[in-house]
Amino acid sequence: MIRPLVAVIALAVGATVVIAQQNPIEARKNLMKGNSAQARIGAAMAKGEAPFDLAKAKQVFQVYQETAAKFGDLFPANSKSGGETSAAPKVWEDMAGFKAQLAKFGADAKAAEAAVKDLDSFKAQFGDVAKNCGGCHRDYRVRRS
Amino acid sequence: MLRTLVVLIVVLAAIGLAAFAYLTTPAMVPASALGLHTPDLANGKTVFHAGGCASCHATPRQDDKTRLGGGLALKSPFGTFYVPNISPHPTDGIGTWTEADFVTAVTKGTSQLGEHYYPAFPYTSYQRAKIGDVRDMFAHLKTLPPVQGRVRDHDLPFPFNIRRGLGLWKWLYLDGKTITPDPSKPEAWNRGAYLVNALVHCAECHSPRDFIGGIIEGQRFAGGPSPDGQGWVPNITQKALAKWSEKDIAYLLETGDLPDGDSVGGDMVAVVRSTAQLPAADRAAMATYIKSLPPVDGPLPPSKK
Repeated sequence: MIRPLVAVIALAVGATVVIAQQNPIEARKNLMKGNSAQARIGAAMAKGEAPFDLAKAKQVFQVYQETAAKFGDLFPANSKSGGETSAAPKVWEDMAGFKAQLAKFGADAKAAEAAVKDLDSFKAQFGDVAKNCGGCHRDYRVRRS
Repeated sequence: MLRTLVVLIVVLAAIGLAAFAYLTTPAMVPASALGLHTPDLANGKTVFHAGGCASCHATPRQDDKTRLGGGLALKSPFGTFYVPNISPHPTDGIGTWTEADFVTAVTKGTSQLGEHYYPAFPYTSYQRAKIGDVRDMFAHLKTLPPVQGRVRDHDLPFPFNIRRGLGLWKWLYLDGKTITPDPSKPEAWNRGAYLVNALVHCAECHSPRDFIGGIIEGQRFAGGPSPDGQGWVPNITQKALAKWSEKDIAYLLETGDLPDGDSVGGDMVAVVRSTAQLPAADRAAMATYIKSLPPVDGPLPPSKK
């Protein structure tokens, strides 16, 4: 019993270290890709294209929380450009506002994880939490294509 | 000989001035042109959300999108526009406007004082709106809270600060045509065509513009540089959206979520805030129409840095 647990923890620690060692722009992209993968799963359930699954629903919000917790530390001054980044200059001009948005995203995702019980509550929570995506992308991301 | 030349120059100058005066006279809609009308407030609200009025006119940095105090700065290649107060405030907003003033502003781009508005106000699209819809929207605006505070003047360099000259721009880019339904197409498609082109004014951002700011017709809906100079507005013809279903488009207009799990950003966030409040059937109609746009190559975005 203890062995699998140790293995999981080791894997988790290992993955964290790998992310930290990558360059921040790549790490940012990977976190956002993780979010969008979850958003696709959530949207499929919300749209009725996939059956509702409470564990998957909660996982959507768990991944969002992890992203919100890690994302803000990945914007050192030397990562403003390069690597096809879509980060807007405003991230650095208004780092406090940016981090406040992330904190709200994390808090909303946490509340949603606790509140989700069935498809209807998931639809409501998923829609509300998703507003954070646009809220941040409005000011802090620039589309380049 | 010299006299003939002088006369010729004077005559040509007079013709030029007359042509300029003629071509740049702001068009107005007289009250007598408007017949009897009982406003439909529910439709007015729908038109208000479809027109996306709040996207630009709502007072920035606060959450109540019915407070239309203006003040948002719109950067453009021609200078910075400051969005006016269109709340029903009697002195700072449009509280004293008549219905004819409002119809003139929205469909002709001419102010109550008979001056041209800049086409940052998308009357190039709104000219195609049904007059009944515009009148219903005016009735809806009248129900919103008056907001105090006049907005500062636009910050535009010469020659763009001469409003009269806009008459020439309008001569080039306004045709005053409304939208004729295509009887060979389903009703939803026609409703979508009307919403997209007349009210929601998608093409205003999703099209490239020429050097004086007119939409390049051959590339309508094919995307282009963002008007504020930051980033790129995507192509929404089937060149780019071939893999999207109508449902995907309607879902984006409701939630801001893209099919790949990403979300919209930039100015589109405010657009979705408005389209989210439309009846679901209207979003579906827009999706039907957008899905029918033939593939068109847009300008190429600069390579990513």
